[in-house]
Amino acid sequence: MAETIKLSSLAIGASAVVREYPKQGNAFLRLREMGVLPGTTVTLIRTAPLGDPLEIKVRGYNLTLRKTEAEHVLVEALKPST
Amino acid sequence: MPADTAKPAAPSRTPVYALVGNPNCGKSTLFNALTGLKQKIGNYPGVTVEKKIGTAYSQHGHPLTIIDLPGAYSLAARSPDEAVLRDVLLGRRADTPIPDRIVCIADATNLERNLYLVHQILDLGRPVILVLNMMDVAERAGLVVRAARMEKELGIPVIACEAINGKGLVELKLAMSRHDLPLSRHSWAIPAPIAPAVSEIAASLSENDRRPPLIARAEALLLLTDQDSVRVAGSRPLSERTVEILRSWEKRWAAQGTDWAGALVNSRYDAITELCTHVIERGGMKTGASVSDRIDAVVTHPVWGWVVLGAIMSALFLSIFTLAQFPMDWISEHMASLADAVKHAMPAGDLRDLITDGAIGGVGGVVIFLPQILILFFFIGLLESTGYMARAAFIMDRLMSRVGLNGKSFIPMLSSYACAIPGIMATRTIEDTKDRLVTILVAPLMSCSARLPVYLLMIAALFPVATVPVAAKVGIMISMYALGTLGAFGFAWLFKRTLLKGEPPLMIMELPPYRLPKIRDVALHMVERAWLFLKRAGTIILGISILLWALTAYPKAPVGATDAQQIAQSYAGMAGHALEPVIKPLGFDWQIGIGLITSFAAREVFVSSMGVIFNAQSGEGNTAPLRDALLAAKWPDGRLLFTPLVCITLMVFYVFAMQCMSTIAVVRRETNSWRWPLFQIAYMTGTAWFVCLLIHQIGRALGY
Ligand SMILES: Nc1nc2c(ncn2[C@@H]2O[C@H](COP(=O)(O)OP(=O)(O)OP(=O)(O)O)[C@@H](O)[C@H]2O)c(=O)[nH]1
Ligand SMILES: [Mg+2]
Repeated sequence: MAETIKLSSLAIGASAVVREYPKQGNAFLRLREMGVLPGTTVTLIRTAPLGDPLEIKVRGYNLTLRKTEAEHVLVEALKPST
Repeated sequence: MPADTAKPAAPSRTPVYALVGNPNCGKSTLFNALTGLKQKIGNYPGVTVEKKIGTAYSQHGHPLTIIDLPGAYSLAARSPDEAVLRDVLLGRRADTPIPDRIVCIADATNLERNLYLVHQILDLGRPVILVLNMMDVAERAGLVVRAARMEKELGIPVIACEAINGKGLVELKLAMSRHDLPLSRHSWAIPAPIAPAVSEIAASLSENDRRPPLIARAEALLLLTDQDSVRVAGSRPLSERTVEILRSWEKRWAAQGTDWAGALVNSRYDAITELCTHVIERGGMKTGASVSDRIDAVVTHPVWGWVVLGAIMSALFLSIFTLAQFPMDWISEHMASLADAVKHAMPAGDLRDLITDGAIGGVGGVVIFLPQILILFFFIGLLESTGYMARAAFIMDRLMSRVGLNGKSFIPMLSSYACAIPGIMATRTIEDTKDRLVTILVAPLMSCSARLPVYLLMIAALFPVATVPVAAKVGIMISMYALGTLGAFGFAWLFKRTLLKGEPPLMIMELPPYRLPKIRDVALHMVERAWLFLKRAGTIILGISILLWALTAYPKAPVGATDAQQIAQSYAGMAGHALEPVIKPLGFDWQIGIGLITSFAAREVFVSSMGVIFNAQSGEGNTAPLRDALLAAKWPDGRLLFTPLVCITLMVFYVFAMQCMSTIAVVRRETNSWRWPLFQIAYMTGTAWFVCLLIHQIGRALGY
């Protein structure tokens, strides 16, 4: 199993699989209900002009979340497929 | 699950259908198509924030009651708009019939997440019809969604639709008028460690809280996925027994390390993923950057993003000054000739004055600003229907976080440029109550369309000569909008630090794909706003103008008094004079004072009041533009009243002061107390007074 990194430190344009996920907290329950679960593939699309929040693509739609939340989500980066 | 088919709806009663789905999936578009009503449509999550009831007719002409609802991602509501959906579905709203049947709408391009809510709805055990909307977009993206297969898997009618083009409506109506709508063969594996808790809580809910069995089970599941479970129970608090059971399970799981809420969500998504492998074919999906991605690369670019924002704003204000000039002159000319025609046709007297000075002078002064207001609404409509609104929130989030709010608060603030009332309603999408309150408190500082006539009149008085470049006028206008916006940010910062301290809010928001603006939607919205504006002009403003005219015409001065003396000693004059000591330090006299008092009803009444007051003094001659009458006005000692400094000060007063009855009423309703609207009047009008005092006194000291 590859190493996990924080979602917030993923490179722009890179995809990753969510591995570890905080159990508590309103933000994380909401993210879960919106389809960001352990095992889900997400792609970091961009950061906002001022660096925060992040925009990710998950299950075919685009979602924003702040860095403070993304720091708690551990992901396993996928090798860019050709 | 119980019986296979629902009982046929009692023939005596019209069946009630609720339209339910994720935000921005096209519920209101479908509602409009079914009922012919005109709910607001926009391409961002959270357009609809209150339920709306309409009637559709089945293919056989039977009436069907339809409820349009705000969107939600989950029945475990996080914000007031989501709570509306939950409460209507669970029958907790006294003013809304509990829906007999539910039409679930899912965005076909985004099925997995959309099905999460559908999955929860199926728990309710009521007949459900599933609509797969946006099939055109799915098709263009190369996504194949097999509705027939889905129908087989779920056991309920599944209808492919393009709400925007009216496709699929007939099929939907046919399904809706079926008497024998099947119940879903909805069974999903509640995770083993949680299942006994669900049954126990459901049993307690139906025994101790008198919930019908199916609702009890659905509510038990909800209670387990919500952090603040008692609040979710809604208006009536849960019985002690239920809370006790819930708490003891939570304690047990916490000790065992069971992530119960997570497990529930996961198992729902497992069921959904399984379903989707059968019904979705992604084979033909286009890869590479979509159009939206390419637009966003510019619009949210660190440099170009700000350029785009600036360009949109400049284009808006430039068109307000240039494009509107022609229609505005036209209206203004016709109003003047109408007044003159009445003057010639009628014998002099009170009735004639009432018509020319009260009605035409007052209302006409406001109506001439209709073109500008339409332009403003056109621009805001474009922003709303393309999807830029959500991007603005994304770009602004960082700045908003500096004042303790989040980007989502920026959407209500942007809407408040049109009118604070929809802006305040839009705060229902904000999760945190304190953040929502702060946004409500500052939203009226964003310059609304009712201020536009005041600004425009003052700018006209400021630059009476035609040679002044448009850029100067645009510059002043932008400064006023900027001042209000900065004020809103400043006060939000202050309130978040003092009165309403709280956690930094979340910024979890969906960015919808861009869509071509629906010119029809934008135009409909503009026509509606124009109608609203004219209706206001014909009712409130006309009423106040006539009342004000009467208050300026009585009591009658002794024969031989001039028009000016008449007004000065009238009832209105007395009120103005009473206020004068307070506003004289700001450079305002009693006549402006009358305008300040009357515009507590609505800000544009200031313009109509000036029309009434100064037209009445212009005597018998032809009706001149209000601007000229203002420029001729003087203090008793002969100084000009509307000096450039006073014009600016007045504009600034209108930037800050809280003068709008309807806003006050809405704030009272949304915050459920008089405390906040009263506080709002005090802080906003107080700020207006202090800032104007500063400007006027400094300006005077500098020799203006
Ligand atoms: N291409 C396409 N666009 C659609 C369709 N249905 C709705 N839209 C667009 O989707 C956007 C959202 O539509 P609304 O009807 O406001 O969505 P809603 O579900 O009421 O949204 P909220 O009130 O925010 O929950 C608008 O821009 C519509 O024009 C469709 O079938 N095809
Ligand atoms: Mg809607």
